[in-house]
Amino acid sequence: MSLTLQSAHPAPSGAGIFFAPSTAIRGRHLLGLEGLSPATILEILDEAEGFRARWRAEGKAPSRELRGVEVGNAFFEDSTRTRVSFELAQKRLGATLVSFSAAGSSVSKGETLLDTCHTLAAMGLDLLVIRHRAPGAAAYVARHLDVGVINAGDGTREHPTQGLLDLLTLRDAWNGRFEGRRIAIVGDIAHSRVARSAIHGLTTLGTEVTLAGPATLMPEDAELLGVHVAPTVEDAMAGADAVMALRLQRERMETGLLPSTSEYARVWGIGEERVALLKPEAIVMHPGPMNRGIEIAPEVADGPRSRIFAQVENGVAVRAAVLVRVARAAREAREARA
Amino acid sequence: MNGVTLIRGARHWRTGERIEIAFAGGEILDHVPASPERVVDAAGTILAPGLVDLHVHLREPGQSAKETIETGARAAAAGGFTAVACMPNTRPPVDDVAGVEWVRRRARDAACRVHPIAAVTVGQQGEQLTEFLALRAAGAVALSDDGHPIMSAGLMRRALEYATHAGLPIVAHEEDLTLRGEGVMNEGFTATRLGHRGIPSAAESVMVRRDVELAELTRGRVHFAHLSCAASFAALRDARRRGLAVSGETCPHYWTLTDEAVGADDTNAKMNPPLRSDRDLEATIEAIVDGTVDCFATDHAPHTAEEKGQPFDAAPFGIVGLETALGLTLTALVRPGHLRPERAIELWTEAPRRLFSLPAVSLEPGSPADLVLIDPDLEWTVDASQFQSKGRNTPFDGWRLTGRAIATFCRGTQTFALEGTLAGARS
Repeated sequence: MSLTLQSAHPAPSGAGIFFAPSTAIRGRHLLGLEGLSPATILEILDEAEGFRARWRAEGKAPSRELRGVEVGNAFFEDSTRTRVSFELAQKRLGATLVSFSAAGSSVSKGETLLDTCHTLAAMGLDLLVIRHRAPGAAAYVARHLDVGVINAGDGTREHPTQGLLDLLTLRDAWNGRFEGRRIAIVGDIAHSRVARSAIHGLTTLGTEVTLAGPATLMPEDAELLGVHVAPTVEDAMAGADAVMALRLQRERMETGLLPSTSEYARVWGIGEERVALLKPEAIVMHPGPMNRGIEIAPEVADGPRSRIFAQVENGVAVRAAVLVRVARAAREAREARA
Repeated sequence: MNGVTLIRGARHWRTGERIEIAFAGGEILDHVPASPERVVDAAGTILAPGLVDLHVHLREPGQSAKETIETGARAAAAGGFTAVACMPNTRPPVDDVAGVEWVRRRARDAACRVHPIAAVTVGQQGEQLTEFLALRAAGAVALSDDGHPIMSAGLMRRALEYATHAGLPIVAHEEDLTLRGEGVMNEGFTATRLGHRGIPSAAESVMVRRDVELAELTRGRVHFAHLSCAASFAALRDARRRGLAVSGETCPHYWTLTDEAVGADDTNAKMNPPLRSDRDLEATIEAIVDGTVDCFATDHAPHTAEEKGQPFDAAPFGIVGLETALGLTLTALVRPGHLRPERAIELWTEAPRRLFSLPAVSLEPGSPADLVLIDPDLEWTVDASQFQSKGRNTPFDGWRLTGRAIATFCRGTQTFALEGTLAGARS
């Protein structure tokens, strides 16, 4: 039925509810890729591929999988790409959608995350797609409200639909085989929910993941996630089947974590010379938006190995698959209760 | 009718011998009167001086939604405490004589003795020293900017020097804010996994080491609050070896939990200093066993359910501790054999009283009748909904513990009685 609360210590008055750390689709939500089984991940990729194939073949006339489903896109953090991607998927599947962004919202008037989402749920929305700066925000809302929740990025924890679209992109490039493949993820790992979701998904599917980046931006005990940490980006990329470049935010220079973008670009930037270290068929990925010339050289971003725009296309398809799954689970939960 | 209470059948906490004591007028008598007004049959229990908690946040003045002096004192009594020292990070902070007097007045009828700790600096802003001698004269038992570290080494030096005139220890909340950054939990694998910003244990230990050096420079007295990590205990051990007048406390959560307790963002496992690694937990127990730790304290920090019900990032730091402290001591330190029961009780009674020069309490005639009866074998389940404290923010809810205070007496008046125990006990 609904989200399983495995509380070893029943929490009084609802505060600080403790539940077993499975952030997966626990029947009802997509909160993260951590804990998702390989079978579930591959099924979602198959479903996404189905939507992609249909849209390519038949055009994008709206279908009806989500007809009658009301979705709220609650974006407490700015994001054009992810939000538009979700909106497109929702529209193509015939959903009714409303989008909400932080600026000018009641949140800026001090209303809490929970109250805002509660208000949206009280209006009868079936699903909430949530992006918020607090790690665990999606799980938090899922714990308190009776709606299906899709995590569109919760602080530095996970961005599961991004993880899934990255996996779909890699599956295409790798002819369906994840095991035995090697991927380098380069850049600001510490602040990257994209990296975390990718790590969870890839390690689940048996891919060897190697991280590289400035020590100031590498999280503590990263190896315990089941990955390698390479001393240099060249070490990470040598013989790899793919490289994922992460976005470097201006903030990192401003908060004393890095001296400059130019030094970063020289030492960790994905340029032609470093790309040449990869296997011949390897691909280059980036979650976007890109800082051309910083974490990725323009010629690489536009080059033959780049799958950056394929990632974007795959994003709409993946989000469609996820929406359908979570909507179905929400409907089943409602029917079970009736 | 002679106002005399007789407790009999209990065992002396230190000697283990059967003991009978009578008290009246708030004092232990040197004889047992013929017909005491009340007889408490305390067979099966240990009789000890009431426990003392040198580190609690009673939230008054100004934050009474979280706790009041009255509710906090009741929580203390329920935990077997007869005295607490309360921290001054209130609204307004207790940084002047009026503030100290306010707290003492407010606590006059409270269920335990309340000793105010006054701020080291005005407003706890870390800039200007408060009037240490006047504060001491008004009843402050220590000085602290707890809640905040004293970031300026220069100011800490002057505070330690000036405090020698007042004879008060400075209780140091050790945390380098530039290392702590925007951390919300211990820096380590759990934080990495959860995507939470981490607070490295070095944020605490670099400041402990700094203030060890300043204690040497000034020959001043520092008491390190809520020590949580191996590196801090190592620094304290080193300072002890050098003969410096430093002391340190640790809290039950550091000997029972690690950062894994955060689990899926349980805000009841969020406090500062945070729960640390396995290695730090082991080091905490080692430091307790080898005497590096001078006393125990709870850092009782109540918050409303609303506040703790926020997303992890936003929720305030702090957990309550008065009502689980003794149980966690007996269950996690005594039962597994790390500490003898009398040593554990000493760390909650004689040691804190000595450190803050509080009036001595013993089981001898003439001593104040601040007493606790402990049933070391009583099995019980922590139920936060039944706490006397307004705060329910504990990571121990639902825990099965063995050992509990079943009756507390302060100034000869019974301040707590556990229902269903003790013939002759009256709530």
